Amino acid sequence: MDANLARSNQKKIRSRAIEILINVILLAFLAITALSLAFTKDLFASVMLTGIYSLLSAAFFVLMDAVDVAFTEAAVGAGISTILMVTTLTMTGRYENRKLHHPLIALCVVAVTGVMLIIGTMDMPAFGSDVAPAQVHVAPYYIMQSGEDIDIPNIVTSVLASYRGFDTFGEVVVVFTAVVGVLALLEFSRKESDITEKPAPMFQHKILRIVSKILIPPIMLFALYVQFHGEYGPGGGFQAGVIFASAIILYAMLFGVEQTRKAVSMPVVKVFAALGVLIYGSVGIVSMLNGGNYLDYNALFENDITGQHVGIIIIELGVGITVATAMILIFLTFARRIGKSNSNSGTKEGTA
Amino acid sequence: MIQHLPILQVIIPLLAAPICFILKEARLVRWFVLIANVMAFVVSIMLLQQVNLNGTLVYSLGGWDAPVGIEYRIDKLNAYLLILVTSISTITLMAAGKSLTKEISESKITYFYIAYMLCLTGLLGIVTTGDAFNVFVFLEISSLASYTMIAMGNDRRSLWASYQYLIMGTIGATFILIGIGLMYMMTGTLNMYDLAERLPEVEHTKTVFTAFAFFLVGVCLKLALFPLHLWLPNAYAYAPSIATVFLAATATKVAIYVLLRFIFSVYGFEFSFSHLPLTEILVSLGLLGIIAASIVAIYQTNVKRLFAYSSVSQIGYMILGIGIGTKTGLTATMLHLFNHALMKSAIFLALAGVVYRVGSVNIKAFAGLGRQMPWTMAAIVIGGLSLIGVPLTVGFVSKWYLVLALLESNWWPIAVLVLIGSLLAIAYIWRIVEVAYFKPALQNNQSYKEAPLAILIPAWIFVLANIYFGIDTSFTAGVSEATAELLFGVAE
Repeated sequence: MDANLARSNQKKIRSRAIEILINVILLAFLAITALSLAFTKDLFASVMLTGIYSLLSAAFFVLMDAVDVAFTEAAVGAGISTILMVTTLTMTGRYENRKLHHPLIALCVVAVTGVMLIIGTMDMPAFGSDVAPAQVHVAPYYIMQSGEDIDIPNIVTSVLASYRGFDTFGEVVVVFTAVVGVLALLEFSRKESDITEKPAPMFQHKILRIVSKILIPPIMLFALYVQFHGEYGPGGGFQAGVIFASAIILYAMLFGVEQTRKAVSMPVVKVFAALGVLIYGSVGIVSMLNGGNYLDYNALFENDITGQHVGIIIIELGVGITVATAMILIFLTFARRIGKSNSNSGTKEGTA
Repeated sequence: MIQHLPILQVIIPLLAAPICFILKEARLVRWFVLIANVMAFVVSIMLLQQVNLNGTLVYSLGGWDAPVGIEYRIDKLNAYLLILVTSISTITLMAAGKSLTKEISESKITYFYIAYMLCLTGLLGIVTTGDAFNVFVFLEISSLASYTMIAMGNDRRSLWASYQYLIMGTIGATFILIGIGLMYMMTGTLNMYDLAERLPEVEHTKTVFTAFAFFLVGVCLKLALFPLHLWLPNAYAYAPSIATVFLAATATKVAIYVLLRFIFSVYGFEFSFSHLPLTEILVSLGLLGIIAASIVAIYQTNVKRLFAYSSVSQIGYMILGIGIGTKTGLTATMLHLFNHALMKSAIFLALAGVVYRVGSVNIKAFAGLGRQMPWTMAAIVIGGLSLIGVPLTVGFVSKWYLVLALLESNWWPIAVLVLIGSLLAIAYIWRIVEVAYFKPALQNNQSYKEAPLAILIPAWIFVLANIYFGIDTSFTAGVSEATAELLFGVAE
């Protein structure tokens, strides 16, 4: 017995040591990536480095057992935002202009901020401490009661979708606001859009085209899996929306924006972007009409648990729809401008 | 329905935005937005009534009581701000139909209205909520929407102005988020009232101090406290006129509300004013802002930019009032918050009229306008007198309280500086008066007509409010005193 206990203890210590080692390595990589980001002049390299930065943080989050956050970071940070930045680069050119000023003040601000943050760490509860305030106040309630209140295995989803569902609603509105902003500033009016159709950008890459064609349906399926599996494992509307959008974006990158617009009707996509927000919001209205508070899923059905389940599925659907359509809209609006400003960036790239 | 009032306040404009997105037709959207705004205004009045009758209203979102869930908590302070934001937003919107047709291409007008509604949603959400993280979420909504509105100005510099604001605003938001994150780390809660209860246990830790510092700097970026104001002048100058009116009158005020809420209700007066030299910081920055921004304002050639700098200096007065750290000082801040919103709405709306007719807000273009557009210019002049603090206008009332608060604390040198600030305001207002009334019209200036009634009437509603609340101070002073007492009551 004693020997067993000692052995398992030893095992624990060893795995703990390995975990610390991996943490240190990951954080060191993060620091190196951040530093090289600050020094590189090649914007394409910067974009790739931000992607790497996100992927590293996602890995770090996994180690901290925050798989939902890691999933989101991987899908949004490493995935879609990298694509959007690369799209922007095709319009702006690859290299940074020579700086006209020395950002000394900025450096001072950053230094002061860094020092403040380090001061802030001095009295923090120990890393991983189980008596830290964050672990003993509200969090235990979520862990103990989620099963009884909501009855889904993934507690993160019950916090995001139900306990703090209104914050999530706000986040969806943030995404919607971003779409409105992008459309307001970058959308062409109809007259301008009579641009001649160019051959698809990746026309000569046969392998890419065929492999992607095979990949697109599974990506979409996976998005649906992530969408409807959010209650059971990591996932949910945000990640699913981004993954679904990336399938369409992949298609657009290979077969051209105009081709994609034939397959995906922009007016319909726009309606759906608004619809997602309305779906989420109307769940709240229905619970109000049924005598509960706003977004009180218990009021949706006689049985509280059924109400919670149905409520969460519907709002996650709203999230997924808005996020997916938002990403598609943002990408297509960005990408359509490429043809417009090619003349400027072409010369720039030529000189570089 | 009465018990749902707090959430209706936010949800009406929020849901109106995606519906407008589907409606698309600009005319339809315009009426729809106006109706939603009027409804929000009515809700805010009912909320104030409810608060006066029953005291603080608490509403648990999703049926989960705080701190497990998010709650809306409305006391006199929020109710007062809600009325301010919704009323100004509604009256401004009346002028939007005319003003926007001149400044934004027709296909984009719908997007402008949607951004306007989303910005309103964000501001109302920040004011109603009792949850620290929820503040951040709605701050993001209002910020993104205001970047959009600013960038839609027809001057190309509006894009650059919006970009500047986006960078500064994002840094501010990140600082706020760091602050909230550290607060959560030390207390395990995000609810403001729960935070207020749990922070004293850990108030001597460096982490809580850091949290407070980051939060403070973030909010001060948002409210454009000197010297963190660099984004504001260009943003106000190049945004579409309607956006300038709305943002100048409400956005910075809501940021000041957040500052007050966290200084007094969450951290408490004791902590805020003893752990940090908050009095010294706020008073000196406030004063610097008043003097420096006023001097810069005198040298502006773009009149919108001139009044933008004047906004920075007026924010200085509000910060100074907080810095004094007495009930009278806080009353002055609350009064000036309301009064400054009235002044700047009147002035910027009148300027919208000038843009509509003249197409420029360069000071040279104002030559002779005093005779050509008498009502519009009169609105600017009365607004300006109010900025200076002439008796019988609201500006006098708030400056009176501010000087009173300073003298109560025996800070008469600072009171003198405040009066110097008023003198500087005379200088920049006089420049406009001189050009508009004493210079002959430029030769190529055809005789301009008076601004259209659709813009003039809302502008004059604000002008009359400037005079009315300058004479009858019972409502504004009463509410301001009550909220000041409330904030100090929480602290005790």
